[in-house]
Amino acid sequence: MNRQISVYTDQLTRRFGKFVAVDGVSISVYRGEIFGFLGANGAGKTTLIRMLCGLLKPSGGEGSVAGFDIKEKSEQIKKRIGYMSQRFSLYADLTVTENIHFYGAIYGLAKEEIRQREEELVSQVGLDPYMNQMTKDLPLGIKQRLALGCAMLHNPPILFLDEPTSGVDPQARRGFWNLLYETVQTGKTIFVTTHYMDEAEYCHRVSIMDQGKIIEMGSPSQLKESHKKSTIQDVFIALVGGEKTDQKE
Amino acid sequence: MKKRHNRIFAVVRKEYLHIIHDYRTLFIVFLMPVAQLIIFGYALNMEIQRVDMAVIDRARSPKAQKLIEEFGGSSYFNLFYYDGRYADIETLFKTRRAKVIMTIPRDFDRRLLRRSMVPVQFLIDASDANAATLIRNYCNQIITNFNLKTGNRTALPFDLRRTIYFNPNMKSAYFFVPGLIALILIMISALLTSVTIAREKETGTMEQILVSPVRPREIIIGKVLPYILLSFMDGAVILAIAKFVFQVPFTGSLLLLILLSVLYIITALSMGLMISTVAPTQQVAMMMALTATLLPTIMLSGLIFPIASMPEILQYFTYIVPARFYLLIVRGILLKGSGFVQLLAPSAILAFMSFFLLNVAVRKFSLNLEK
Repeated sequence: MNRQISVYTDQLTRRFGKFVAVDGVSISVYRGEIFGFLGANGAGKTTLIRMLCGLLKPSGGEGSVAGFDIKEKSEQIKKRIGYMSQRFSLYADLTVTENIHFYGAIYGLAKEEIRQREEELVSQVGLDPYMNQMTKDLPLGIKQRLALGCAMLHNPPILFLDEPTSGVDPQARRGFWNLLYETVQTGKTIFVTTHYMDEAEYCHRVSIMDQGKIIEMGSPSQLKESHKKSTIQDVFIALVGGEKTDQKE
Repeated sequence: MKKRHNRIFAVVRKEYLHIIHDYRTLFIVFLMPVAQLIIFGYALNMEIQRVDMAVIDRARSPKAQKLIEEFGGSSYFNLFYYDGRYADIETLFKTRRAKVIMTIPRDFDRRLLRRSMVPVQFLIDASDANAATLIRNYCNQIITNFNLKTGNRTALPFDLRRTIYFNPNMKSAYFFVPGLIALILIMISALLTSVTIAREKETGTMEQILVSPVRPREIIIGKVLPYILLSFMDGAVILAIAKFVFQVPFTGSLLLLILLSVLYIITALSMGLMISTVAPTQQVAMMMALTATLLPTIMLSGLIFPIASMPEILQYFTYIVPARFYLLIVRGILLKGSGFVQLLAPSAILAFMSFFLLNVAVRKFSLNLEK
């Protein structure tokens, strides 16, 4: 096992005043992996992702993304990551094409590159009938895929997805995950947070977070085996306590 | 270096798309100034015409008739005779039938002939103090005219003749239109920029572009540029209306006016940026922008109320209102034909304000996102 590390943290911590949102998190995520982060709302998943993307400064500990230190080299990191937040973050009053061209341009892509990526994206996501529609009028599942496409326009080796499927119907979620599988096949790394336990089953490895700390980590089958449960859902409830899971189904 | 420009341009282009997609905003941006200009320009008229005047003519003589005709002939007054009881004249004011009452004494002619003082009484309704002052001045003017005509030149030590510079006909439009340009430019510029940034924070797109290699400085420049242009076009519309509808003279250099207006727009946009760094939502941003621009500009810039007549403490506050300085510039250029050298001081102050606000805004903006 001599695999390339994409995301690495050592005792990474973030405090907001006295509240410790992320408390000494140490992880290694390898190239080509789908690494899932499970946890109730407020467990610290989003704060962790925001630190890794350079949106928040850590209060303590170390971290690197694509080999670059998160405290010093956030400019370098930004060129190599794609980010999709839990809030739908494309421009609702721009058309699909306009969104794609804008995101391509702020990553400094040339016009021909954008056009080429756009074509790929259109066939991949099935956007054809929607190209000149306002983004706000798209079905939610399509929006989600478009957001993922926009986050990947510059072909980043690492993707951070913060609850990308919240609010999407099960069928669309399934489609979305198929897309993620295709993506990691090309050697990309995906770092994803979720509170849907069924999605955890699709990850290569998951870690379970509670109150800022990682309390369990391993492949879904390992976790089920060591806790003697049949689903990740049951593992999660055994570890965190069922009343704390806040599922927005 | 090449990529940097490209990124700023990307933001500019996106902002431009936002603007043209939302035609309602565009409608407001251009309709509001036109509506305001028409309303202010016509309604905020400092002259009053056809003031109702009740005449109590006790003399009923040819000379008294002449005096009455003098009043009736002017466009300022609308005369009617009152022959009710003198004790009831207050009801004329209370029922708003008259704003002023003139009483001519019984021995008017006799006294005039003897060239002694003739007391003619004017009672003026001063519930609107400004109007009362104007009415008094009109009455004085007409009486003076009457005295001159009847050769009743009571020993005047001076021969007063006035020449009014820059607005010889004392037209209120000349006075208000420059003020309106100042008001509308700052309102639109500050409002639009603060709302556009607050909107991105509210919808989460700000986060999305911040994880990209775009720098906060590039976002700000990219966002502000299209609004400079929009505000500028707004300014052009206002100036065109000022010239062709209100016939405001353009005495000075149009180029200078344009350049200094751009400076003022930048000051206003910087204010909008400042606001957007504090305001979490579009609603709050809008409220803050309106409070920060509308009232201070109307009350404290000299737009309506002369700064010299304000209490001293309030006068100090006027120094932080950008419109105060821009007004000196517009009025100076349009009416007096002032050149750049004469307007150096207000221009320098505006430049300093923009520099200061912009710096604070950019710093605060970057800080906010890196907490």
